[in-house]
Amino acid sequence: MNKFKSTITPYLFIGPALILLLIFSFAPILVALAISFTDMNLSGLANWSQIHFIGLENFIKLFHDETFRQAMLNTLIYVVIGVPSAVISSFVIALLLNFFSNWVSSTFRVIFYVPSITNIVAIAVVWMFLYNQEYGLFNYLLSLIDVDAVPWLEDPLVAKLSLILIAVWKSNGISMLIFLAALQTIPRMYYEAADIDGANRFQKLTKITLPSMSFATFFVTVTTLIGWLQFFEEPFVITDGGPLNGTNSIALFIYQEGFQYSEFGYGAAASFVLFALIIVATLVQFKFRKTD
Amino acid sequence: MTAMQLKNNFEKTIVIALLFVGGILVSLPFIWMILSSLKTDKEVLSIPPTLFPQDPTFQHYIELFQNLNFDVYLVNTLIIVFFSMFGLLFNTMAGYGFGKFQFRFKETWFIIVLITMMIPGQVTMIPTYLILNEMELTNTMAGIILPGLIAAFNIFLIRQFMVTIPDDLIEAAKLDGAGQFYIFFKLILPLSKPILAVQAILTFIAAWNSFLWPLIIANDQSLYTLSVGLALLQDENVTNYGLQMAGSAFMVIPIVIIFLIFQKYIVEGFNVSGIK
Repeated sequence: MNKFKSTITPYLFIGPALILLLIFSFAPILVALAISFTDMNLSGLANWSQIHFIGLENFIKLFHDETFRQAMLNTLIYVVIGVPSAVISSFVIALLLNFFSNWVSSTFRVIFYVPSITNIVAIAVVWMFLYNQEYGLFNYLLSLIDVDAVPWLEDPLVAKLSLILIAVWKSNGISMLIFLAALQTIPRMYYEAADIDGANRFQKLTKITLPSMSFATFFVTVTTLIGWLQFFEEPFVITDGGPLNGTNSIALFIYQEGFQYSEFGYGAAASFVLFALIIVATLVQFKFRKTD
Repeated sequence: MTAMQLKNNFEKTIVIALLFVGGILVSLPFIWMILSSLKTDKEVLSIPPTLFPQDPTFQHYIELFQNLNFDVYLVNTLIIVFFSMFGLLFNTMAGYGFGKFQFRFKETWFIIVLITMMIPGQVTMIPTYLILNEMELTNTMAGIILPGLIAAFNIFLIRQFMVTIPDDLIEAAKLDGAGQFYIFFKLILPLSKPILAVQAILTFIAAWNSFLWPLIIANDQSLYTLSVGLALLQDENVTNYGLQMAGSAFMVIPIVIIFLIFQKYIVEGFNVSGIK
């Protein structure tokens, strides 16, 4: 009896979490893979005999789909502009905060972190007001210095940049904390030794600070990149992919196919394209790190 | 102590000024939100805009609750927050299980946990909906809550912490005749306070902000969360910015207050979690 009890105990601890995880996280991966090779849609949901195996047809169709190609291009632009902006700005904030170890550091740390804990819908609503062409604060401030009204969310290209600004603003907090934690682990001796050698501040930054933080930078860059490849909430809540599909992203495309048009098979296929992109991007970064 | 030092007061002033300007810019949306939420309908749209409300009013906040069901959305959101804490308990139990027990296929199970961590949410979104649909849980509170209860990343972080608890401590308790669950609740949980504090706050924030999943699963307005309700409000009152700002402020301010009270645990938590 006692033997039985001791074999079963670990499963009592991991059991509840594992069951939920198997049903709602692990099984869905397999289901997604399976339905991406079928034509499953709303009628298939009601009647399973309506579902047909169609092989790679969804994937072939995707790459001929003008909307999907535009979403891929937009996602690429989001990544190319968003990742460096997000990593550099959070790094600069961490660097400035690290000059202090008193109330200045703790107060501003909180201020810069707050956007990342707040609700995306609430944030979207506020920014849409700020961006409003007629009543928005931004265009009013620009009018004070005689700049014409900017079509923040009305022009496909400007709208992309407007969304990037919001996302960078929102994501800075967490990366900043990781950078700050890394900065604080650099031994002071290094800087003191550099001082004795007469190194200037730029030399200290490039020769001591940056190399000591290579892991934190790598970690932040990888997670930021994965996040931007999945860019979804801002275009979803603020522009719904518009204008003229100009802010649509791959993730939003998946949502639209799955939940607006109920094309489950097609949407699932798109999700595997996204998954593949994420894996490739991550592997490339690991490769780069090795060659460093 | 800081690593790189500023040489004199002049440099110090410049850096503080930079931080101050940056801080104002970052907080600007929140400041504008709160000030606008207190303005009358007419003043919100006035050109040139006013900074401070000339005639502060709480009419928008009152309207949210009197006419716009925000009381229902608030209750739903709090239900989700409440159940998310059970999820945290399950995560903690699993983290302890993986950290402190030896059992068959432990590695395999743990790899499954890690795999689910690497899958983007958009991949599992559609099938999770289909699975819940088969279970007839769409448009129910259970359907909203269940998929989000367990987070592999949290299990992973908690496991990392559990590994650092000395085995001798658990052995000693066993010799004293304590059962496994007694040990877990009376010994392990109190020891895990630092990691649990940060997990609890992050779980609270995530549950309070939950938006996409409730939106997908709930068709019925009586199941909407605050953020889904706010999105609806925004669709239906496109130009009533005062009302929208009040709704946003109602979502943002509680979370900021909770964060301000507990933020030092989050910062410490990043260090105990080993992400450096």
